[in-house]
Amino acid sequence: MVQQPVLLTVITFLPLLSVAALLLLRSDDHVWIRRIALAASLAEFAVSLLLLRGFDSSNAAYQCTEYHHWIGEAIHYHLGVDGISLFLVLLTTFLTPIAILCSWESIHENVKGFFISLLLIETAMIGVFVSLDLFLFFVFWELTLIPMYFMIGMWGHEHRIYAAVKFILYTMFGSILMLVAILWLYGLTGTFDLLDIQQSLRSGSLPHLTELLLFGAFFLAFAIKVPLFPLHTWLPDAHTEAPTAGSVILAGVMLKLGTYGILRFCVPLFPDAARQMAPLIGALAIIGIVYGALVATVQTDLKRLVAYTSVSHLGFVVLGIFAFNSTAVQGAIYQMLNHGVSTGALFLAVGMLYDRRHTHDIKQFGGLATPMPILMSFFLFIALSSLALPPLNGFIGEFMILIGTYLGHHAWASWAASGAVLSAIYLLWAYQRVALGEVTVEKNRSLPDASTRERIILVTMALVILFMGVASPLFTRRMEASVDNVIQRVNPPENASHPATIPCMGAPAAVKTADANAAAAIPAGGGQ
Amino acid sequence: MATGQLLNLHRVAPEFHLCITGILVMILDPFVGAARKRWLGWLAFAGALFALLAVHRAYDSQGMAYDSLISTDVFSVFLHVIVIVAAALAILGSIDYLDKEGIQRGEYYALALFAAAGMGILAGANELVTAFIGLEMSSISSYVLVGFRKRAAASNEASMKYFLLGSFATAFFLYGIAMVYGATGTTYIDKVQAALQAAPSIPALAIIGLGLMFVGLGFKVVIAPFQVYGPDVYEGAPTPVTTLLASAPKAATFALMLRVFYVSYGSASEFWFWAIWISAVLTMFIGNLAALVQTNVKRMLAYSSIAHAGYILVAFAASTSLGVAAVLFYLGAYVLMKVGAFLVVTHLGQQGEKRLDVADYAGLGMKQPVLSVALSLFLLSLLGLPATAGFLGKFFAFEAALDAHSIHGVAIIWLVVIAAINSVIGAYYYLRVIVSMYFAEPSKDYVPTSVAPALSVAIFVAVAGTLYLGILPGAVYDFAKAAADSLPLH
Repeated sequence: MVQQPVLLTVITFLPLLSVAALLLLRSDDHVWIRRIALAASLAEFAVSLLLLRGFDSSNAAYQCTEYHHWIGEAIHYHLGVDGISLFLVLLTTFLTPIAILCSWESIHENVKGFFISLLLIETAMIGVFVSLDLFLFFVFWELTLIPMYFMIGMWGHEHRIYAAVKFILYTMFGSILMLVAILWLYGLTGTFDLLDIQQSLRSGSLPHLTELLLFGAFFLAFAIKVPLFPLHTWLPDAHTEAPTAGSVILAGVMLKLGTYGILRFCVPLFPDAARQMAPLIGALAIIGIVYGALVATVQTDLKRLVAYTSVSHLGFVVLGIFAFNSTAVQGAIYQMLNHGVSTGALFLAVGMLYDRRHTHDIKQFGGLATPMPILMSFFLFIALSSLALPPLNGFIGEFMILIGTYLGHHAWASWAASGAVLSAIYLLWAYQRVALGEVTVEKNRSLPDASTRERIILVTMALVILFMGVASPLFTRRMEASVDNVIQRVNPPENASHPATIPCMGAPAAVKTADANAAAAIPAGGGQ
Repeated sequence: MATGQLLNLHRVAPEFHLCITGILVMILDPFVGAARKRWLGWLAFAGALFALLAVHRAYDSQGMAYDSLISTDVFSVFLHVIVIVAAALAILGSIDYLDKEGIQRGEYYALALFAAAGMGILAGANELVTAFIGLEMSSISSYVLVGFRKRAAASNEASMKYFLLGSFATAFFLYGIAMVYGATGTTYIDKVQAALQAAPSIPALAIIGLGLMFVGLGFKVVIAPFQVYGPDVYEGAPTPVTTLLASAPKAATFALMLRVFYVSYGSASEFWFWAIWISAVLTMFIGNLAALVQTNVKRMLAYSSIAHAGYILVAFAASTSLGVAAVLFYLGAYVLMKVGAFLVVTHLGQQGEKRLDVADYAGLGMKQPVLSVALSLFLLSLLGLPATAGFLGKFFAFEAALDAHSIHGVAIIWLVVIAAINSVIGAYYYLRVIVSMYFAEPSKDYVPTSVAPALSVAIFVAVAGTLYLGILPGAVYDFAKAAADSLPLH
């Protein structure tokens, strides 16, 4: 591969550098603050695309690695990406300029602080995805919290303080026990380095109880972040009260920190515990899928509705991970990306409505397609992607998860499929109540349609949704090797033979190619 | 012997510098006009800096001084740096405060320097009666300093309370020394160790002595169940005095506790482990739960320092060399963030310490952005957010405690879990101040005042130190480990 010795450091800390640039500006110079923040985040996105250039998709090992001593002998500055984290980094760098663009006019107070917070979150989140040292990982993990806390608390809506404090206390409670687990792991293995820990856990297996406790401590932290039912109660408040950009980042990337953590740490480090707990976690994930969907259906607040869809969709991701086969796990990763884009876009659309009417109450809308045909068309398009209509992105992810899960657990897959049906109900019903019929509130008649800036945002999101729907092999091809690597750890080769073929494809090909085929063929079929 | 003792002088040079400057300040005081009194503060600050240079020299010539009464080892050097830096920052914070309150007096600085000298002796003492002298030097100076706002009732009450209870506590300590002497025939810390190791079993008298010393020292570091006086005194004292009180004496007294428990009683760690364990749990819960309901920031920070003493005890319970290093690192981190937080509170209190309520900080983030960022950093560090000193303090403390798992079994794992849960409880009240500063509507009647240069320098040093220890802790942690290795653990 191409040698890119400091690329990851640059990607991680470029937003921090632009924060320094923003600090030099006068705080009432809003125009330039916005411009520099946008330029910096676009540059960041461009730089992060360089990751794709040198990425070797046949290699399961970490790439672009950097390794330096940091504190003492045990703690290192160790970065790297693999097929699992690669696209999550890109998702982060893609959504940040979108979040900046969507806050262009809606943030009036303390503009400088707002963009500084956004860029700080970007640095911290990328840091989480690329850290290969548990200490470094934990540092970035905790650092994501504070700027998000400020973002909700300072620029949020009516109950923002309650939501901000709830958000941070919930997540801190989870992560502090993870810190204890990290230290414990250090005591057992003598290192904080992820690769070394994997190596030493491979050779000598842990006592069963120890492994369960360690798994539990890590899993609790990640499950709160995801959030997995019944730990989800912070999420509707945080999402609803956050400003639009905050919701986009929160739903788009921050929830994935949890699923990423499960896939990166919980499953490969403690495979026995993961296998043992899989039925329980799978059950919770399914409850989350159905419960999230049902609760979303009855919401009267549009933003809260979208928030609950995250509970449902992230349930799919967790289910896919704990199905422990390559198709489902790839589907889970793909669904993380899809959810980031689609739910991010839903929040953007809801935010645009809020900018016009300063409410999220569905009763205040109705028949909006008449005054705002463009905005509502995009809203429908995004909703369709979120409810997994072929050939849009959501379909690929959910389908891969469902077929992968079906191979091992028929019942899980059929329960989860009901969630897919429910998502059609709540999203289309919401669309119907907001957009169709007569204009019910008089002042909605004169609402302006999407502005140029909003059209740029919506078109970009729609194009990405479509692209991810039809070009999924470009993504899954790069994930395969890393995913198989994880699967091998949890399913030792002798009993990992069952997903030999993908029934629905009818092609007795090897798993890897079948996956890619499945992903490639489905949208083509759907598009006919 | 006389020449020998003179030669030892460089090993106590830091105390020497502090005392000489203190005396100089008192001599000059009558000759300096009221308008120029603040220069005495700068003189005292310069004395502290000279003392810091002297610490460097003492580091180059380690060894016992004055018939082994004082041990100038890396351990002592580490704590001297902490104590003197804390004292210097508190003095910087006092100069303009005293002007504002109209109590600019030379003796204030002299007392602060004497207190620091006493703490220096405490940190280096290898003999219990010498340690007692250090303890009294620092305590008696502190009693006076606490009551320095003599027209404020709270200040007087705090001083009186501190004096009465403090005298009791030192008496306990003294009784403890007597018991130890009775049991072992010596008051030298290292010789007590030898005597106890030679004994077939630890004599009951020695255990009673340890218990009494624990009461006396526990009072000084404000740990449960001896913490009751703490918040009243911290709240009533002038804020720069609270700054000093909450930082340096804790570090110095913990140093003595380490020497007594780890060195003298190192072979008896199973006797004192549970005392430390119980005290740690009580201290953390009392500190954090009581801080939750405070509305006065100064009092909240007082309870927070109780909670932090509890986290220090978690590392203390390890009873290993790593535990010593963790305690030392924590003390360094704690002093920087606590001094920083109290210095900001010193400024925000305004004249007469009126504005100390959380609600008084409403909207401060917009009105005094730089100061608010500094205070937020200190609070987040106290909370234990990564990339700040407080996080690494907790990190090393938990690491040391878990490392001692093989000695103390499951009990110490539980202690770490309790500490971890406590640090989340703590998050609530630190964040409440940030909520008020940034999320609440600004209060109308607040007129921001500019921060005096001396105070800005002090706050800047604390900010830089908090970040330095948070991002590049390696050098200091290695120093702490070297300090731990310099103790003659059993």
